[in-house]
Amino acid sequence: MDTSTPAVTVALHDGGRVLAHATTVDPRRHTELLMPLVTSVLRDAGAARGDLTEIAVGVGPGPFTGLRVGLAAARTMGAVLDIPVRGVCGLDVVAHGAVAAESPAGPFVVATDARRREVYWAAYDASGTRTVGPEVGPATAIAAELGAVLPAAGAGARLYPEAFGPALEPEYPAAADLAAVVVDKAADILPPDPLYLRRPDATPPAARKSVLA
Amino acid sequence: MTVTDQPLILGIETSCDETGVGLVRGTTLLANAVASSVDEHVRFGGVVPEVASRAHLEAIVPTLHRGLDEAGVTLGDVDAVAVTAGPGLAGALMVGVSAAKALAVALDKPLYGVNHLVGHVAAEQLENGPLTDPVVALLVSGGHTEILQVDDIATAAQLLGQTLDDAAGEAFDKVARLIGLKYPGGPSIQRAAIDGDPSAIRFPRGLTSPRDMDRHRYDFSFSGLKTAVARWVETAERDGDAVPVADVAAGFQEAVADVLTRKAVLACQERGISTMVLAGGVAANARLRELTQQRCADAGIELRQPRFSLCTDNGAMIAALGAAVVERGLPPSSLDFASDSSLPVTEVLVG
Ligand SMILES: [Zn+2]
Repeated sequence: MDTSTPAVTVALHDGGRVLAHATTVDPRRHTELLMPLVTSVLRDAGAARGDLTEIAVGVGPGPFTGLRVGLAAARTMGAVLDIPVRGVCGLDVVAHGAVAAESPAGPFVVATDARRREVYWAAYDASGTRTVGPEVGPATAIAAELGAVLPAAGAGARLYPEAFGPALEPEYPAAADLAAVVVDKAADILPPDPLYLRRPDATPPAARKSVLA
Repeated sequence: MTVTDQPLILGIETSCDETGVGLVRGTTLLANAVASSVDEHVRFGGVVPEVASRAHLEAIVPTLHRGLDEAGVTLGDVDAVAVTAGPGLAGALMVGVSAAKALAVALDKPLYGVNHLVGHVAAEQLENGPLTDPVVALLVSGGHTEILQVDDIATAAQLLGQTLDDAAGEAFDKVARLIGLKYPGGPSIQRAAIDGDPSAIRFPRGLTSPRDMDRHRYDFSFSGLKTAVARWVETAERDGDAVPVADVAAGFQEAVADVLTRKAVLACQERGISTMVLAGGVAANARLRELTQQRCADAGIELRQPRFSLCTDNGAMIAALGAAVVERGLPPSSLDFASDSSLPVTEVLVG
């Protein structure tokens, strides 16, 4: 499962292939959509919760509130079913999807929406191995950092086309790719801890203002 | 029915800065595990929602295990899951709701999304047994300040009044800062006030003028009180006088306790209700308790109040409300319910 982007995505993989998957794109309804998708994917595959032997979850980076929905659900399901929970950087999942969909000839970027006119991004070689990142920053600064304008997958490529070469598929991470990445160990497998990349917005209180006229 | 015959309800609470997991059978408390992020908010002088949400994610599974251990039960024993659906901080609520849904699916047990405010009232049932008659509840904390009328804990609650600006607990925090006391303000002000004279400085009682009593009979406002304290302190400083911290603390605390209890007692009297429940973190304030007890006694109202650990936000209160809802045979919430940061109190159980 992955909730690090507007796509709420769930898939069931049996170690050999994806048995069922479902994705709904809605940036504001992660809490509502996720668990019904989990139950419907299980049902579609004719599987029961007790059949699960491992859970894979996207650990971001992504907008915090949505990201935590998947992590809270995955960690809780893992605790209840007493099975391991694996984390994968969501940008790696998109990169894996891009390699499968587009077979890029050279290096490329994955960029997702970090809001505030910034993207979460990482750079990959043609095989989908991460070479730079993950980082958060303005899309327009990426080409300078990498020394080249590269094609890019992810929603960030669509939001800031001026900063990238041609847009690659996919726009969002797919849980089917996430599951395959974990089964194939095609990216770094991480603990299920959030990659926030930003500190909470909070400042200690300033000196008080005068209330006297 | 003996206690062990009653369904085992697990409650999850994450509406503010406490991650709570409670276990309850009927009105019997089995466990009340709480992890608080209060220390992480100290340097900000108030709860920072993102800091609270991050802490909930880290605390939820460990607190779940702690609650089960405390109750001496296993997950397999749990019959139903209840969770705070709102009101509260949006991002914080979502962590608990997400975990609760995952828990319900993984256990294949029904899930009940319930109202946090009514949960505070349900907590009292764990202390002194079932509430049988309608009650007026005075809820006072850092996040809310309300007078509720609860006719039936599982199905019928209404809002009589609430703060129009700051919560009472927030006012304590802000005034504590004004007079150089530590966050959280409640305990700091209470401590400072012990040596003060509550009648030395008379601070205003918000929304108590005849005109305000027409339009905002059971409502509260603490922003004027806060400004009055600031004005008083600043004037003293400007004149080169030492600020009498103890008297300011005592006078402020008295103003808050006075207006809270006066309106809650009035609600009981005008609605013919003879039981009051006092809950929320600020209910720990000794002066508020004392004045409430005194005024309830004078008015012939029975005051019911849970112990402090059941007054502050906790999972047991949510489990207690879940137990009441289950006992009534109400249908579980659907798995796609949304958390609602401004869930109205009339919605005791979400669909
Ligand atoms: Zn509360």
